[in-house]
Amino acid sequence: MKRLLWASAVAVGLIMGSGVAKAQDRARTLRAVVHANLQILDPFWTTAFITGRHAYLIYDTLYGMDSHFAPKPQMAEGHEVLENGMVYRIKLRPDLRFHDGSAVRPQDVVASLKRWMARDPMGQQMAAVTASLDVVDERTFDIRLKERWGMVLDALAKPSNAPFIMPERVAQTPANTQSTETIGSGPFMFVRDEWKPGNRVLYRRNPDYKPRSEPADYLSGGKRALVEWVEWLYIPDHNTALAALTSGEIDYFEAPPLDFIPVLQRNRNIRVINIDSLGTQGVVRPNSLYPPFNDIRARQALAHLVKQEDFMRVVVGNPDLYRQFCGAFFLCGSGNPTEVGSEPYRQPDVEKAKQLLKEAGYNGEPIVVLQPTDRAQYNAAVMVLVQALRRAGVNVDVQAMDWSTLLTRRASRKPPLEGGYHIFLTTQNGPATSLPPTNTWFNSSCDRANPGWACDEELTKLVADWARESAPEARAPILDRIHRRAWETLPYIPYGQYTQPIAVRSNIHGVLEAGLPVYWNIEKR
Amino acid sequence: MLSYVIRRVLATLPVMGVVAVIVFLMLRLSPGDPAAIIAGDNATTADIIMIRERLGLDRPLAEQFVRWLGQLVSGDFGNSIYLERPVLGLIAERVEPTLALAVSTMAFAIVLALPMGVLAAWRAGSWIDQAIMALSVLAFSVPVFLIGYGLVIGLSLEMELLPVQGFVSLWDDPLAFLAHLVLPTVALGLVYTALLARITRATMLETLNEDFIRTARAKGLAETRVLILHALKNASVPIVTTIGTGIALLIGGVVVTESVFAIPGIGRLTIDAVLQRDYPVIQGVILVIAGVYVLVNLAIDLTYSFLDPRIRY
Repeated sequence: MKRLLWASAVAVGLIMGSGVAKAQDRARTLRAVVHANLQILDPFWTTAFITGRHAYLIYDTLYGMDSHFAPKPQMAEGHEVLENGMVYRIKLRPDLRFHDGSAVRPQDVVASLKRWMARDPMGQQMAAVTASLDVVDERTFDIRLKERWGMVLDALAKPSNAPFIMPERVAQTPANTQSTETIGSGPFMFVRDEWKPGNRVLYRRNPDYKPRSEPADYLSGGKRALVEWVEWLYIPDHNTALAALTSGEIDYFEAPPLDFIPVLQRNRNIRVINIDSLGTQGVVRPNSLYPPFNDIRARQALAHLVKQEDFMRVVVGNPDLYRQFCGAFFLCGSGNPTEVGSEPYRQPDVEKAKQLLKEAGYNGEPIVVLQPTDRAQYNAAVMVLVQALRRAGVNVDVQAMDWSTLLTRRASRKPPLEGGYHIFLTTQNGPATSLPPTNTWFNSSCDRANPGWACDEELTKLVADWARESAPEARAPILDRIHRRAWETLPYIPYGQYTQPIAVRSNIHGVLEAGLPVYWNIEKR
Repeated sequence: MLSYVIRRVLATLPVMGVVAVIVFLMLRLSPGDPAAIIAGDNATTADIIMIRERLGLDRPLAEQFVRWLGQLVSGDFGNSIYLERPVLGLIAERVEPTLALAVSTMAFAIVLALPMGVLAAWRAGSWIDQAIMALSVLAFSVPVFLIGYGLVIGLSLEMELLPVQGFVSLWDDPLAFLAHLVLPTVALGLVYTALLARITRATMLETLNEDFIRTARAKGLAETRVLILHALKNASVPIVTTIGTGIALLIGGVVVTESVFAIPGIGRLTIDAVLQRDYPVIQGVILVIAGVYVLVNLAIDLTYSFLDPRIRY
């Protein structure tokens, strides 16, 4: 009996002890519900947001964007522009180390940039104007250009699909092959043994990371890891995630549905924070390959039917989270907020739309609109668009499908009634949207453009002219011409600009407004 | 009996072959392209084409099928397109949560349903019978997710007794394992309790009217003994069939429950793979589930011979 009592006491002690240890771990762990299931670890292999966010934890970048959308040195100590703007000589900070303890060398940077340039559209633009990437010494390398290009630092500080720096041996993985390595030099380290795809991802603070001395600002400045662990949880059911945040089981809810915001705001233990001052832009994308939208007048008709406020009321609901109208292709509130050219489209004009459709030769043929029923926001926006089209007498063929099918379908170049489409909707966000050469859906290079294949040589040339310049005064007049032209040819029609806040427990402090969720600078008190 | 088992196992091979062909064709002929999903929302068409080629998805269907079949024959279910990890390993990672939920759910259902069904049959037509049947209809009719959310609000958010979501391995923390299992078990178990109670009542009613029950009572046996040893044992074949089918269904994955309580089980693995068109994972999961069904059915058939000596193989 004595033995039994003794054994019971030991067991209880162990359980209590482990409970205390868990409570301590809990205090040093930031538990976040993320928007998607992390499956692909290679940020150059996919453009998936979740992989990019994972990459920001474990990798670092040469430059980072600050809150004024200006590139600031990050791994770089600084740079010189030589030979009349044809050479960028970049020096690395001393004592940069990868998670395996090896030093970060210019060879690693050059190999990483080459891999990124093979995949990323902006990297490809940079590759087209780059003569060579040359190692100068143990901390310095040169980017030698073939022609003047004012976007070098913008490209290196690009927030989405960023040029992350990996060890040379990893970066030498062919660009068409996925790398599953996770050795970076960023503020957190990936804990592979604890990775449970579809459920949980764990990161540990990198004790050897040396943050910059400047305060953290957007994606630049000192990346100080203030929690020991960052634990990502994938909870596909939003109601469950809301309940977990309410009960304190999680600390951070990355993308709460917009209709949850009022409920979250009423809870004193929860704070709703806007981390993206630019916000998200809704995109109505017509297929420029086939009638009627291969005719500029049909696209203009479409623009006359889009009343942004109608879309925002349905998609977002809360007027605090959206703008009533934003006519800027490069986002209102960004560094390129011009709305010039958008004046005729501030109010819908159904009669004008009917007339333009007639002039474009539209004669009541079915217009195929792709509807992703498993994406609540897109689904709602499609319903508003369909209603607007029908008001103008358009014969709409709404085809419901899941998002995965839509991604496949929208890449199809077949005629709309043979497996193609006329219109799909999507969104884009972040500083990349605010620059003409990196705004994904603005690209009007015909066959090389994204699905929908917007095609306008003049617009493409104007964007290239803008990218060649680096001085704001030289860029401004070109930007005006770009914007006027875009509202004539309409590579896409913006259907509104809104913000997607995050929600955290009230004991979470230091969340950065970085355009995307980043986990440095965050404290749990 | 051994030869019967061997014959049954061999008979599963053509079944599995047919399942393999149907699954492969259904997936490839349905819309959706993993290359487009991997490439992401901002990818160019060139990116998608490059990834498709890299994954071999541009190859003729017959070639893809033969390659997959070749792998299967050698016991290799292939790798996940996204994770580049073996499918069998991914399934193995999900077995513990699914099995734990299946076992606890069936245990919960059996413990509640059998006494309820027996009691309802014994007091057929009384208010007890009517109350039990009304509760069964209610539990069977209310969607699992609604019960789940109700339990979360009541027991987790209001009373702060149990965790809202997640799964902890038995080997990591037995107490947390049990705590995380309670709500999903109750939410899912109520449905199976209702089903099993109704089946038990129906079969018991039939058995209680048999001559041998009357004889047992005439011999002066205690009513409990009559009910449990004579009636329930003889009524158990359909009950065991229902339990067995229930276990097979639960092991096949309970998508809604696993989603509501964020349990990383086979159901979640399947639905994630379907949404992303991760062909090797979907194919692997369906083949494994088909195998489980075959084995569970075999086990049920073998159990009959223990319950009813007249059944011989």
